[in-house]
Amino acid sequence: MTETGTPMIRMAAVDKHFGELHVLKDINLEVAAGQVVVVLGPSGSGKSTLCRTINRLEPIDGGEIAIDGKALPAEGKALAGLRADVGMVFQSFNLFAHKTILENVMLAPTKVRRQNKAEAEKNAMRLLERVGIANQKDKYPAQLSGGQQQRVAIARALAMGPKVMLFDEPTSALDPEMVNEVLDVMTTLAKEGMTMLVVTHEMGFARRAAHRVIFMADGEIVEDATPDDFFTNPTSDRAKDFLGKILTH
Amino acid sequence: MGVLIEQFPLYVSGFLGTLRLCVFAAIGSLVLGTVIAACRVSPVPPLRALGSAWVTVFRNTPLAVVLFAVAFGLPELGVNGSYFWFGVAGLTFYTSAFVCEAVRSGINSVPPGQAEAARAVGLTFTQSLSLVILPQAFRTVVPPLGSVIIAMIKNSAIAGAFGIGGDLFAVGSTLTSAQGYAAAATLFGVLLGYLVLTIPAGIGLARLEKKLAVAR
Ligand SMILES: Nc1ncnc2c1ncn2[C@@H]1O[C@H](COP(=O)(O)OP(=O)(O)OP(=O)(O)O)[C@@H](O)[C@H]1O
Ligand SMILES: [Mg+2]
Repeated sequence: MTETGTPMIRMAAVDKHFGELHVLKDINLEVAAGQVVVVLGPSGSGKSTLCRTINRLEPIDGGEIAIDGKALPAEGKALAGLRADVGMVFQSFNLFAHKTILENVMLAPTKVRRQNKAEAEKNAMRLLERVGIANQKDKYPAQLSGGQQQRVAIARALAMGPKVMLFDEPTSALDPEMVNEVLDVMTTLAKEGMTMLVVTHEMGFARRAAHRVIFMADGEIVEDATPDDFFTNPTSDRAKDFLGKILTH
Repeated sequence: MGVLIEQFPLYVSGFLGTLRLCVFAAIGSLVLGTVIAACRVSPVPPLRALGSAWVTVFRNTPLAVVLFAVAFGLPELGVNGSYFWFGVAGLTFYTSAFVCEAVRSGINSVPPGQAEAARAVGLTFTQSLSLVILPQAFRTVVPPLGSVIIAMIKNSAIAGAFGIGGDLFAVGSTLTSAQGYAAAATLFGVLLGYLVLTIPAGIGLARLEKKLAVAR
């Protein structure tokens, strides 16, 4: 990747503690527009925390985070405005349980972007079509399978026209047969040039769609390489150990 | 039982007085209690402190003392009004503390992922609360809120005893002490009046609970 202009995500000297626990240690990371970054690492290494600090679901203790050149505001309206530009997909989907599929996708565009109903509905239907759930639009989240819910969650995030999409283990809560339907949507999104930061254990997706792999251990970025280099020539012992465990399973 | 028939119009006016008091206090305490619950879960520390102070004060003070403080304290602060409105205010303040705690437990019963998703799509705190969290919280909160409101209807008698006048309790005490009717028969009428308020309130709430359960 050639680095041109401002990075879409910039983290500089970011530190984060949970009480005594130092979960993010001096994280420096720049993600260029259109780049797809996969974050790997053992459990507890701080991958989710990293992902959640980028839209300030977790505040940080030190350092700076900027999205498309704009520093993350502290709280309030400005922060909400910035979050609107950063899509997030959770492991447990988190669709609004009391709203239909269509309402889930339309809520933020109408309330945050102030789109009118007709425009928001047209856009929502286009996105639901794209993730293959348009025929379920009047159902409630609990009536859909996990894979379907996760595709709706992706559509909900895309409805805001985000600059960046964050994924925190989007397929980990899914039955194996539903993993691919979600990964397919993500792969298409990656091909279309969306800037993505994806925490996942799906090595296939990392090889196929990622431009870059980041390996974390104990709150630090230990390796930062192309997928090819990372999988064939990991340099650190911890990465070798991790790959040994993952790939033999 | 003659008193019930002879004094029926007085009972009706007392019933309407209690009804009026309860309707105003119920609306007031549901709104105020929800606002205070919102303060208690807000990200702004002074609002959280205000919310918990409000609950601590009104939940731990006897209603009669609250009414006394309102009736004598508000005029000193330059707020004047009839005893009826002081009764409504006292009952509202007192009940709002219990409404707040019921609503707050409902808010806490909504999975945290819902609030995270709401914030992640760019909703402000107020929008997350009113569009995502509270609509889900109210479902679990209907039964405890029902108990709070029924307790409030019964507590309205204390406002009556305090002397706001024109309610069921006042009817009972006028008929027994001033007009010399037998206490048992007179109070039977008063009791009926309260039951006509509390039992339908309970039935209505049970219906609402069922309806919300069906609508997921
Ligand atoms: N809210 C919290 N309060 C206290 N400690 C936390 C909190 N969230 C995470 N932690 C701790 O911080 C560390 C990093 O957690 P994090 O969830 O970022 O790891 P992870 O790499 O995503 O792990 P996993 O692969 O299991 O999801 C862990 O030790 C975890 O126990
Ligand atoms: Mg995690």
